[in-house]
Amino acid sequence: MATLLRIENLKTQFFTSAGTVKAVDGITYNVDEGETVALVGESGCGKSVSALSILRLILWPPGKIVDGSINFDGKDLLSLDDEAMRHLRGKDISMVFQEPMTSLNPVLSICEQLTETLITHFPISDKEASKKALELLEMVGISDPERRLDQYPHHLSGGMRQRVMIAMALSCEPKLIIADEPTTALDVTIQAQILELMKDLTKRLGASLIIITHNLGVVARYADRVNVMYAGRIIEMGTAQDIYHNPRHPYTLALLKSVPRMDLPRQDKLDPIEGQPPDLTRLDGGCSFRPRCRYAKDSCAHSFPELEAVDEGHFVACFEKDDLKEKERVAS
Amino acid sequence: MSPEEGVMASESSAPRPKDDDILVDVRGLKMYFPVTEGVIISRVVAEVKAVDGVSFFIKRGETLGLVGESGCGKTTTGRCILQLETATAGEILYNGKDLTKLTQKEMSPIREKIQVIFQDPFSSLNPRMKIGDILAEPMAVHNIITDKEGRDNRVRELLSLCGLNPKFADRYPHEMSGGQRQRVGIARALALNPEFIICDEAVSALDVSIQAQVINLLEDLRDEFGLTYLFISHDLSVIRHLCQRVAVMYLGHIVELAECDELYDNPIHPYTRALLAAVPIPDPAVEAKRAHEVVKGEVPSPINPPSGCVFHPRCPLAVGGCSKVIPEFREIKPGHWVACTEV
Repeated sequence: MATLLRIENLKTQFFTSAGTVKAVDGITYNVDEGETVALVGESGCGKSVSALSILRLILWPPGKIVDGSINFDGKDLLSLDDEAMRHLRGKDISMVFQEPMTSLNPVLSICEQLTETLITHFPISDKEASKKALELLEMVGISDPERRLDQYPHHLSGGMRQRVMIAMALSCEPKLIIADEPTTALDVTIQAQILELMKDLTKRLGASLIIITHNLGVVARYADRVNVMYAGRIIEMGTAQDIYHNPRHPYTLALLKSVPRMDLPRQDKLDPIEGQPPDLTRLDGGCSFRPRCRYAKDSCAHSFPELEAVDEGHFVACFEKDDLKEKERVAS
Repeated sequence: MSPEEGVMASESSAPRPKDDDILVDVRGLKMYFPVTEGVIISRVVAEVKAVDGVSFFIKRGETLGLVGESGCGKTTTGRCILQLETATAGEILYNGKDLTKLTQKEMSPIREKIQVIFQDPFSSLNPRMKIGDILAEPMAVHNIITDKEGRDNRVRELLSLCGLNPKFADRYPHEMSGGQRQRVGIARALALNPEFIICDEAVSALDVSIQAQVINLLEDLRDEFGLTYLFISHDLSVIRHLCQRVAVMYLGHIVELAECDELYDNPIHPYTRALLAAVPIPDPAVEAKRAHEVVKGEVPSPINPPSGCVFHPRCPLAVGGCSKVIPEFREIKPGHWVACTEV
């Protein structure tokens, strides 16, 4: 399949009084047409900042994209002028944010929120736009859509607001949807409803989806390919099968082992990753996972391991990747 | 039959342990919050039935899980046990004493024994107090350790018990990460040598790698001090890992209660089944084989809950009678209780 989005060596930094935060520190990945790619990692690993960088929504000061290129559908997004970028946002690339409670405008009716994007990007009348808004609400499965159009966000529950967010994101039939923790604030039964809905609709529209999450279960259920991030870098990249059944980076392996699983017999003790994620203002030149890594050697401090292929389409950034399995076997 | 009577029935049958083994016994607990209208002449126009007739017991040394979605009343149940809310009806027996009937003075020594760990490690520590003062405050209030030096020693002991450097006593909460703050929250709960700790979403705000550390800490402390936990969470995998018995709540009612393995292997109530099916498993091969049946609709408002069985508008098994009759909380197998007429 053709590549829709290509991000190369993207670096986004925040210049704060406490020092330069290297939030995204040279990430490279592709998203193909119609594909669902997951960005997984813990808070502060740079997954949201990397997504906001695609839409150039990093606020200066303090944040800035300092290096790299983002190629979307034949256009270099980092060299577009502001006007061209505005045309693209919401139309070709749209975003679903985490907090359905705060990401809708509280003083605009649902109809106004939905039609704003349509009227900005297409030459249509208010009446046509309202009709389209009604169709969108029906599509995302909101009950009693006519009445909802005139309501305000505070009338709706969290799950319904997230449905409205999805309707807004889909309104211009974008080629790429970025969903930043779309279900983290929702209950499990509502989470399942929303994720099934997003999967069906992206499939129907043939859109690509970047899903940002820390929930390893959500990734396993919905993603075709997975990028695992740690301290601003992608440390492992592969198909969902590769990542879950053949993880080759010690962090991925440890992350998978640290969650209790409902489908396996109960464990005596969980196997956590000791220590804390690093301070992004104080990264040294070495591997940033080194202080928490079971298999770290002195040489891990000298340079940062590059992402290298271990199999077709499966990349790992670790000096010890070839011996990890053997070491894991010995350890257990 | 009301839930209170359900408990009576359990007393006559086999699985209920001897009263001496029961630390906490909640009977027919109801907590209604009034909804008022008008500023000057305010009047009650409705009631939020946050907890509507909940009965369960917790054995000494046991961890009972209380699981459910937001707004189901699990936190309110915990707050009622702590006497942070005055229950509308029902009894809360702790070591045989009904907490709802005690005066403040009689309650004080019991408060030492019942502690709580809150969800949000960012808002549950006073930002103007040093960690050492946060931990020493309960000891001073309850006159456990009267001299300052003794308290400082105990603070250091508590910090190292919870895997923190004793030097953290001089720091402020903002200098610590979420995982470290949650450890402080746990240390504070342990300060008075409690018997019973209510963990209200104690690990929900933490990242997965940190979450596993805190879960292990809670388990270690339980074993070391013989603690009894009420573990309130919406995370079904964490509940399964930590608890011996699990109660599932929906809209103010307990709909199913059983031994942990029994509940997860043989869920009977349609809500429990829907809840378990909705949790994604971190394994793409397992996920590919699972049927993704999604329960329809949303949780109704507790101000105006559905008649009869509160789950019937969303229930795949619902029949005509479900909207009329409140299902009896009955024992389907020894120790396995379900409130559903259609199973």
